Amino acid sequence: MEDVFVGVKLKIVPSKRKEGIMKEQIEQIKLTAKEEISKVEDLKTLVDLKVKYLGKKGELTSVLRGMGALSPEERPVIGSLVNEVRDELEAIIAEKENSFKEAELNKKLEKETIDITLPSKKAIRGSEHPLNRTIEEIEDLFISMGYEVIDGPELETDEFCFERLNLPKGHPARDMQDSFYITDEYLLRTQTSAVQAHTMLKYAENQKPIKMICVGKTYRREDDATHSHQFNQVEGLVIDRKENKVSLADLKGTLEVFVRKMLGENTKLRFRPSYFPFTEPSYEVDCTCFKCAGKGCSLCKQTGWIEILGSGIVHPNVLKMNGYDPEEWGGFAFGTGIDRLAMFKYGIPDMRYLYANDVRFLKQFDRKD
Amino acid sequence: MILSRNFVKDYIDLDDSLDIKTIGEDMTRVGNEYDEARKFIDCTKLVIGEIIECVEHPDSDHLHVCKVNVGADVLQIVCGAPNARAGIKVIVALAGAKLPGGEIKAGAIRGQESNGMMCSIAELGLDNKFLKTEDKEGIAELGSDAVVGEDPIKYLGWDDEIVDFDLTANRGDLLSMLGMAYELGAVYDKPVKELDLSHGEAGEDINKSFKIDVQTENCKLFLARKVENVQIKESPAFIKNRLMACGIRPINNVVDISNYVMLELGQPLHFYDADNLGDTIVVRMAENGEKLTTLDDIERALDENDIVIANKEKSVGLAGVMGGLDTEVESSTKNVIIEAAIFDGVKVRKTSKKIVRSEASNRFEKGLDSKRTYMAMERACQMLEKYAGGTVVTGMCKHDVTADEDKKITLSYKNVNDVLGSSISKDEILNVFRKLGFTYEANDAEVIVNAPSRRLDISIKEDLIEEVSRIYGVDNIEGTIPTIGEKMGDYDNTIRSIRHKMSELGLNETLTYILINDKDVHKYTTEEFEELKLLDPITEDRNTLRYSVIPSLVKTYEYNKAHYNKDISIFEIGKGFFKKGEKYGENQKIAALMTGKYYLGVGNQANVDFYIIKGIVEELLDYLGYANRYSFVIPKEIPAEFHPGQVAEINVNADSVGIVGKLHPSETKDSVYVMEINLDKLLAKRVGKMKYKDIPTYPNVNKDVAFVMDKNKTSKEVESVIKKAGGSLLTNIEVFDVYTGENIGENEKSIAYSLTFNDSKKTLTEEEITPIFEKIIETTQNKCGVKLRK
Repeated sequence: MEDVFVGVKLKIVPSKRKEGIMKEQIEQIKLTAKEEISKVEDLKTLVDLKVKYLGKKGELTSVLRGMGALSPEERPVIGSLVNEVRDELEAIIAEKENSFKEAELNKKLEKETIDITLPSKKAIRGSEHPLNRTIEEIEDLFISMGYEVIDGPELETDEFCFERLNLPKGHPARDMQDSFYITDEYLLRTQTSAVQAHTMLKYAENQKPIKMICVGKTYRREDDATHSHQFNQVEGLVIDRKENKVSLADLKGTLEVFVRKMLGENTKLRFRPSYFPFTEPSYEVDCTCFKCAGKGCSLCKQTGWIEILGSGIVHPNVLKMNGYDPEEWGGFAFGTGIDRLAMFKYGIPDMRYLYANDVRFLKQFDRKD
Repeated sequence: MILSRNFVKDYIDLDDSLDIKTIGEDMTRVGNEYDEARKFIDCTKLVIGEIIECVEHPDSDHLHVCKVNVGADVLQIVCGAPNARAGIKVIVALAGAKLPGGEIKAGAIRGQESNGMMCSIAELGLDNKFLKTEDKEGIAELGSDAVVGEDPIKYLGWDDEIVDFDLTANRGDLLSMLGMAYELGAVYDKPVKELDLSHGEAGEDINKSFKIDVQTENCKLFLARKVENVQIKESPAFIKNRLMACGIRPINNVVDISNYVMLELGQPLHFYDADNLGDTIVVRMAENGEKLTTLDDIERALDENDIVIANKEKSVGLAGVMGGLDTEVESSTKNVIIEAAIFDGVKVRKTSKKIVRSEASNRFEKGLDSKRTYMAMERACQMLEKYAGGTVVTGMCKHDVTADEDKKITLSYKNVNDVLGSSISKDEILNVFRKLGFTYEANDAEVIVNAPSRRLDISIKEDLIEEVSRIYGVDNIEGTIPTIGEKMGDYDNTIRSIRHKMSELGLNETLTYILINDKDVHKYTTEEFEELKLLDPITEDRNTLRYSVIPSLVKTYEYNKAHYNKDISIFEIGKGFFKKGEKYGENQKIAALMTGKYYLGVGNQANVDFYIIKGIVEELLDYLGYANRYSFVIPKEIPAEFHPGQVAEINVNADSVGIVGKLHPSETKDSVYVMEINLDKLLAKRVGKMKYKDIPTYPNVNKDVAFVMDKNKTSKEVESVIKKAGGSLLTNIEVFDVYTGENIGENEKSIAYSLTFNDSKKTLTEEEITPIFEKIIETTQNKCGVKLRK
């Protein structure tokens, strides 16, 4: 702190000389300060040095105070020199200060460093059943083609499950579907086709065209390696005025789109005339075997074809029984099992896995398709 | 239905170059699917041989070493059959021959060269039901007329090929060779040949000595004729071979003829021993409890739904299903009454389901053409005359109320193309009908088709359109996509959204069977309903429709536990079924079951508890738009399967929609939590549209307060008092701590609430809040009997 008083002594020196001495003095302060700053190794000492040289009572400020002895011409010269030095010292200190702060932060960060490979904290993850995923895909496809998705009861009456679909009691085709009856009248629906009759009756009130699918559970009295007593079907129905000519060609085109989407672009279809009481003409639809692509394998019994759909032109009796005049209206219907499509889609080898609900199975279906 | 190529050739000339598999494929393409197409005897490299020398094998006590002349060569063959001896004609499988049992190779048997095998009938692959003892025990001995070096299968008349069809229920007409001939004729454009049914007649008209009396509407046609002095013996080879090819076991000439005619024309026949029958046939419904011993020697109890054939005294047969033992044709039978009739298909079906499904009953069920009934009668008479030496008695007893005629159906070409979406020309359409053997009258716009009575499946124009599409080929029609202009309804994606939400919350979706054991149907609920049981379950374990989805999830949990899966969080959206009063119904429900870990990670693991599953319920309800409209209350009645202290009824708009809670320790030792919501009931409660609300402009003021209260007091009660006392400026109440332990009583708990105050019009000051806050504390203490915790 002794140096502070150097300036005081200068008062008596004649001004021109004084100017030279002050310049020297300032230069000296600068050199000393720079040296001291360069040696500093902690933030606190640095702050002390800042006060010592640049503070209100600091050395450079003292020099300024001694300027009264100078001539008016000399003052700005010394003043600007002091400011120059101050700026330089401030910059050096700031730089040093920043490097100390950074080092301190780095130390803190280093201390906070963790093992990022340890397990995360998370809630458990859920999944959606592969059958329902397949159903959603089918629904989305038909919604995109302008179909409505309609739900119907699973506990049905004989009337809606059979009679209104042109299957009177005692009809031989009823053998095709051994049913779970609750009473003489009530049964678990054997086919989603039951929803056809409900929908037609509803839309017939306003004589409106229909373009719908129904997806859901169906039940038949059989249980073996390839048949589950509970399974899922999708049913489609399109009814329009005769002049709009909803035709077999339309049915064919629609099913081609459906099958290619679900089973792959290269899948081919074969329409085989068949018999269902609710359609006339009726067709069973085979697709090229999805295991062997039509070459012949155990799945397709060496035929290259797999039967996947039932379809046809809605029978006039069905239209009539459910409120549409067959002379004015016509359309097509189709239905298929979904379980096998889901198995194909996800490569599930055994039908029984779908209903066992082992969580190790379920958890596999936990991401975007 | 099995098609015999040799049999059907009587009616249609099929090109010999046509492969039997191709026939199956071509028939499949027109709608007649086949299971199997093959040679009747599927063997290669067989020849007729003659044993010219037979000596004992030097190193065996049962083998013979034979020299067999096979025409082109003399082979040494080692043979173990006891009947092997010089001089007999045999079937030789040459080296390289393929038999159903495997390939025959040349080699040595115990040091003796053997170049082939001499075959038994069984080794040719003939179905076991056709084999006699000698067919299995020794090599086949052919007749002396067999020519050495020729094909033994041809010699036996077994050089036939068969296609086993899986026919649709409407094509009863194809259950006959004649019907198959018409169908093949349409496929290959070949005419069907006429059938000769002529035979002689003798004696007094049967109507003078025999009567039929049909007393039921379930018999539209009944014909009876008599053939006298038949000789029961073995059938000629062609009859036996054709029956076997079609899967029917030959018995004797008379029985075989009835089966042969059924296969040929599709009309089942029944032959009675005329002398045991008497002079009258009555067709009537059985009386309840009436007894009949059928020809399989089983006494059957009949009821009013069975059609029976009877004589004056008693029933002698179950119409269309099985004859009676007393009037069966036996080896001593001399005179035969032939029955050719049409019985109601539904009635026959019901009876046959009880007794036995047979070739005959199947044909009655599918329906018969009366023209064929008459043809079959004449064919049977002709064959009994020719192959059983019988004399056909003049005349026929007849009851006929049928009206089978060809149906005239008008069809426009435009209609065909509109329905099929095709552009098939008039000529092509008419060509289809010509191939099918239908006659028609056509003009430029439409055609009147005479659909023959044999085609019972054709009655309306749509049936004819199907015929066109079948024979013309759907492969020839190009696919298109329909367009319907009118706007259709929307798709309700609520269920799908719920599924996705539950999955996001960490639960795995299951898909279980809705059929459960009746023991479980009333569990997990106190609601009253009548359970729905199946009349005819497959197993008792699945004999009832579930009411709640929880039993299915509990079973799934048990299954997983048994498979060492510990952490289980599952849910299912599915239906529950019931009868309430007279009403049958079903509800869409969502249920969840959770046990084990919910949060994972080091130092962060947490097991599922009541509040986690309650959180799941709240998340779901909030997501569906029911925020601030639900509450959890202690149920008035608690189902026995729940922990009585950890169970809540889920109320929305003060109406119960479900239940959530812990399973009772007697149900499972693990901490298992379940919930169920009746979605039909919940979703019926309307939710307003999602709408923007103003964000508060002025800052919130937060105040914390804690109350000490009895352990059994519900937080909900305290919260509602706070809310009321706080008035409109109190905008939110949140529990931030629950404390039990030191400094408060043993049966007490402390709950700390964070209260948020806000005024939408100005910044609240401490002076404004303090009196409200003090009022809250005072009112809550007074009304709830709680103490302020200091």
